[in-house]
This record gives sequence, C-alpha cells and structure tokens, in this order.
Amino acid sequence: MNNYDHSSLAAARPDFAAIAAWIPEGASVLDLGCGDGSLLRYLKQARNIRGYGVEISDEGIEACIQNGVNVIQSNLESGLSGFENNSFDYVILSQTLQATRHTEPLMQEMLRVGREGIVSFPNFGFWKNRLSILLGNMPVSKELPYQWYDTPNVHLCTLHDFESFCAKYKMQILARRVMTDEYTIHFVPNLLGSMAVYRFRRAH
Amino acid sequence: MDNSVGIVTAQRAHFAAPLTCKSGAILPHYELAYETYGTLNADKSNAVLICHALSGHHHVAGYYADDQKNIGWWDNLIGPGKPLDTNKFFVIGLNNLGGCHGSTGPSSLNPATGKPYGSSFPVVTVQDWVESQARLADLLGIRQFAAIVGGSLGGMQAMQWALSFPERVRHVLAIATAPRLTAENIAFNDVARNAILTDPDFYGGDFYEHQAVPRRGLRLARMLGHITYLSDDAMADKFGRTLRSGKLAYNYDIEFEIESYLRYQGDKFAAYFDANTYLLMTKALDYFDPARDYDDNLDRAFAPAKADFLVVSFTTDWRFSPERSRDIVSALLHNRRNVSYAEISSAHGHDSFLMQHEHYHKVLRAYLDNIAREFAA
Repeated sequence: MNNYDHSSLAAARPDFAAIAAWIPEGASVLDLGCGDGSLLRYLKQARNIRGYGVEISDEGIEACIQNGVNVIQSNLESGLSGFENNSFDYVILSQTLQATRHTEPLMQEMLRVGREGIVSFPNFGFWKNRLSILLGNMPVSKELPYQWYDTPNVHLCTLHDFESFCAKYKMQILARRVMTDEYTIHFVPNLLGSMAVYRFRRAH
Repeated sequence: MDNSVGIVTAQRAHFAAPLTCKSGAILPHYELAYETYGTLNADKSNAVLICHALSGHHHVAGYYADDQKNIGWWDNLIGPGKPLDTNKFFVIGLNNLGGCHGSTGPSSLNPATGKPYGSSFPVVTVQDWVESQARLADLLGIRQFAAIVGGSLGGMQAMQWALSFPERVRHVLAIATAPRLTAENIAFNDVARNAILTDPDFYGGDFYEHQAVPRRGLRLARMLGHITYLSDDAMADKFGRTLRSGKLAYNYDIEFEIESYLRYQGDKFAAYFDANTYLLMTKALDYFDPARDYDDNLDRAFAPAKADFLVVSFTTDWRFSPERSRDIVSALLHNRRNVSYAEISSAHGHDSFLMQHEHYHKVLRAYLDNIAREFAA
C-alpha cells in the first residue's frame, strides 16, 4: 500500500485520470462512496487536493485510514447532513451512482455541498451490454461484474438517460468523458463507450 | 502475558508552581502520579498521552512486580506489537488531579493543615487537567505530543488539548466522547452525586476525619453508572432474566443475576474509590463544553485546533452516542481539519471503548501506524 504506484492505479481505473484532469491543484474534494480511498489518495498526490471520503463499510474505513486519507463513516442514502452548503469545490460519486437507491436526492445533495459534481458510471448502452440483452442475458463484464441476483446496481442507465435526467433536474453538464478501457471514445459514445464521467453544476 | 509492556513502576512528579483553576481556586502545589511505557526517541517526537475516564488512573498498561494481577486498564491496546505499539511510541499514563490513585486529590493530606483536603479540594475542570498535564509534559521535556488519546471523559481532555495547546499535539484520538453532555447525561451524574451527597457517612466531604466512608452512596453511584455504560442488548445477553436460585423468592434479597452483578460491582468500587473524586470527576464531565464561550457554536470553539483527528464512536453507546461524535466531526469539517470518523458496530455500549474489538483495534492500529511513519521517516 505504501509503495503506491500512480501509473498502475490510473491504468486500472481510467476514470481516475479523467477526474484528475478536471480538478485544479489544491481543490477541496468530497468523494462519496470512496471505498478504500484510492481515488482520494491519487488526487492528493496528483493534485494536492484537500479531501474527505464518505464510506459505509468497515473494510473501507480501515483501508482509507491505512491509505492516509480522511474518511467519514456514514450512509450516503441518509443524505449529507453533516456537510455544510458549498463546503467543497467538487463532490465526486465514482462508480457508485448506479448502486444508490435515492439517486435524485443524492445528486441534489452533491450540488448543495459542492460547487460542482463529478459522477462516473458504467454505460448500460455500451454495445456489449446491448448484445448481451439481445442474446437473452443480463450483461456481466469488467464494468458490471455482478450476476443479476447479487448485483448492488439498482439504477443502471445509459448516457442518454443520464443526460435527460440532468436536463430534467436542472443540472448543467460542463464536461463529459466517455471511455472504453483507457481509450477516450468520441464516436457514437452511447454505443461504443463502456464508462462515462460527467462534470456538472446547478443550472442557473 | 503476550505483548505486555511487562513490569511497570508508577512515578510521581511534584509541581511547586501554583495552579490557578478555572473556578478561581488556587492549588499552591500538587503531585501527579504517572507511568511511562516504551522509549522517548531522540527528538522527543514519539510521545503519546493517555487521558483517563471517570474511574481511571495512571496504570494504563503492564503490571506491577509485587502485584502481577494488577494489569493496566487499557492493556489490550498498549504494548509491543499492539495497536499503540510501545516499540514505536513513548506512552504516558497519568492520574488526573483530584484523583484517588496517587495524584493530589481530596483524599490527599493538605500540607497546610495536616488533614485531608476533603471538601476544600477545588472543583477541577477538563481545562485544569490539561493545564496540569502540560506541566507534566514540560517536566518530561515533551514539547509536542505525537498523539493524545482518550475515551469518554478522557476524550474530552484529548480534545481540550487541541484547543488549549494547538501547537503541542499533532493528533487527537477522541473515542466514545462528546463535545458536551446532554441534559439526560447530566441528570445521570446528578443522581450519582446525590447518592453520595446524601449518604450520612459523607460528612459534607470531610468523612476522612470521622473515620467514615460513604460506601452506600458510592455503591449506588457506581451501580447507576454501570447500567448506563452497558447496553440493553449486552445486559440481556449476559444476564437475561436469570434467577440465582432458579425460582422467585418473593422478598427483596438479590434474586436476578443482574442484581447480583451490579451489587458486586458497586461493592468492589466503593471499597477503593474516593467519593470526593467521584463527585469531582462527574462535575468535570458536566462542565466540559468548549462551545459555551462561543455562543454555543462548536464550529467557532474548534477554530484554534490544529491537530488531525480520529473520532470513534460505538453504535450501542447511548451515554456518548454516535450523534455527539458526529457533532465533533462536523465542527472539525467546518474548520477544515483533517478528520476521520469510524462508527464501530458493537453490542457493549459505552464500555466498548475499553474492549478488544477486532475492527475497532484495526482502525486504531492503522491510524497510529501512520503517525509512527511521520516520525520514523
């Protein structure tokens, strides 16, 4: 854990590098569902951010503390009441959106606590997922590693779905990066991208 | 005894400079009993102070050569290879001023009168303790603690350190504690105090000269306290409704196992603990309220703090509930301090903080290991 390798982590989690590219030096960041804290640790080293994670699992808390990142044990689904309005530059929900139950209120909370929000999620519209369904099975892949009966993912969506959601709830998308593995996808992203990262704020 | 710090010796430090208490009372001189474990490193950067709770003292780890069964109260945490590793840290435990285990307190002889202080001993506060602890640190040559660790009332002292001496503590481990007691919590303390104050053997606090001990009061106080430090579930698990004789006796003798346990605990406590110390410790708990001087605004109260914090609470602790710990976390977030917060699932109520719980100890170990890396680097 201590001889932590920057580049291998970025390769394993291409969304990390995409997120880091949007975050300026020294920004304040809240990472919701931060897991073992590796994104925060990455951003601390790459961008010298002041960061906190929110995590529910005991294992995650131990790992975050081992990783030397601030972590608050709390259930996201009960809101972010411990966090003040506009207290962070960025609030991140990395590969967690699809597993949240109260997705819309949580997205609103993100924009209450943060100036901007960043979410990454697997694109359910990715061609392999479509093909899987066409052939009669729920997709199982690197991005969606679960079987239908043990998945925590309750709110899967496509890029189109997410963008209409943002429009409906007056969230303005500032930037989008669609990827398949470490490659950025520009052409028919809703079909060819397996994963997306969005940066957004409240529309004025 | 695996990974024990082994045989330890209590030490005493004499302080000749008067201590002006928060109440205005002045202690012209006093002694503090303390123990140390591990070795202070060359630049004196590896010192950890352990602050004790209501009934604690300086014997935190190890055992005495002439009393090997007398094991320190937080021995499961402290020792070579334990979460607070004495191979890395120099650990100090002390008995607070007003205590009854060797530091100057109500039961000590007042040199000015040749009699125990008794009722004349000042009501000391968490701030006063921290002041006296800082003087002990001066004596030991410690300018800045790597960490100050405390549970319950001890956690209040650890927090107060960060407010009174921001430059003198790098990390605060505030465990099962609160930024102030709730009314309900003060109420429990008041019932406990009333048990002592109304005991005919109390003599207004000067029972020593009457060769009396307010045992009944102390016993009741402890029984009540003990109930509140456990959880409903833990009690149900341990005692349930089990009857000692197996059948109802239709009288007021000890019948249920829980009654037997509580009375035993009460008797044991009343045999060694000083009633005045009990009063004073509960008052210190009630008075602690850093926000009071800031229009009840805890955010502002925590503004001076510079330390990094680890805040830990236990799910079934209803005396120092997770909500109170979250208040601390929230004030630290407001002030943009580094803080981590773990809410440990445990069935054992407030007493959980003293127990060997795998996840809890892993959290402490991970945090303390990172601190050790700061001065090892």
